[in-house]
Amino acid sequence: MILLELFLTFFRIGLFTFGGGYAMLPLVQEAVVNKGWMSNEQIVDFIAVSESTPGPFAINISTYVGNETGGIIGAVCATLGVVLPSFIIILIVAKCFDKFRKSKAVEGCMTGLKPAVIGMIGSAVVSIGITVFFPDDKITASVFTELPFYISLAIFAAALFFTLKKKINPIIIIASSAVVGIIAGFALGL
Amino acid sequence: MEKKRNTKLDLFLTFFKIGAFTFGGGYAMIPLIQKEVCENKKWLTDDDILEIVAIAESTPGPIAINSATFVGYRTAGILGAMCATLGVVLPSFIIITLIAMVLREFSSYRAVKYAFFGIRAGVLALIIKALISMYKKCPKNVFSYCIAAAAFIFAAFTDINAVFIIIGCAVAGLIYFLTTASKAKEASK
Repeated sequence: MILLELFLTFFRIGLFTFGGGYAMLPLVQEAVVNKGWMSNEQIVDFIAVSESTPGPFAINISTYVGNETGGIIGAVCATLGVVLPSFIIILIVAKCFDKFRKSKAVEGCMTGLKPAVIGMIGSAVVSIGITVFFPDDKITASVFTELPFYISLAIFAAALFFTLKKKINPIIIIASSAVVGIIAGFALGL
Repeated sequence: MEKKRNTKLDLFLTFFKIGAFTFGGGYAMIPLIQKEVCENKKWLTDDDILEIVAIAESTPGPIAINSATFVGYRTAGILGAMCATLGVVLPSFIIITLIAMVLREFSSYRAVKYAFFGIRAGVLALIIKALISMYKKCPKNVFSYCIAAAAFIFAAFTDINAVFIIIGCAVAGLIYFLTTASKAKEASK
């Protein structure tokens, strides 16, 4: 039963993700957190793992969630689910390529989908921001008096600067964030 | 026959290599696909790759899967598509399965907890970067801003299923496109 649920959940995610990568975050968060398969915090942690390993985010997260909830067969079901919609649709498109390219309907839908993806990633930024800065996703003012908040803020600001202005590789950003986290954690006894 | 079987194996191996060496996924994969598929194997031309990117952008699913399926199909039919797609998926699948085991083992260590505490803040910055690069690629007009704002508000502040938000935005785009396109036609008459 869990295997079928994994397959169907990731099939739906694969079918409705346009633009790839982080465009699928709100869909993944919604499905995976609601079902209790992963917490928001675990998803953020996994994004880091996915950035530091080869392969697309979609495959990485479906394989991981599948493994955690249904073992290796679960991983196969979830990954197959996320791949299948693309596979089928591309086969159809490849057959009637010219029709697809000139289609007004496709162009029209894309006019709405491109900005929609931006709004969706924006919402993922908000929810991940809450996860990063507020422990247990509880928004309280008391967090501003606590040290971990300011350490997170400092790491975030530095990472943003280096990724946007210096175009530093994501893997280096993640590795340095980890090192700062470890040093701060042990030095300050968080 | 012999040659065809070789092509399929070749597709599998080529896309396995692409899958194993692309970090960050998506567009990072395009130059690698171009080098392997056009320059080395001569299966497709550079123009084909541009077409594939255009198609991948307007169909659902990750670009890696879309392009592997498309290149595989163009080169060796449905079986070719299967070989290429399996090839691009397999490296991630194997690596993540191994990592899942390791993470389970080490996630209770204090150093690992502190590391992820730091990493989470860094990841937030990376996603903001992805958001900015998506914004740069999006057409900038009033309609786009309205749709982006609506999608954001519905996704962030309501319980409406993300699937319905996506469908709603696609329909809104279609209506907008068809009405403004027909208006433009009338104006030109």
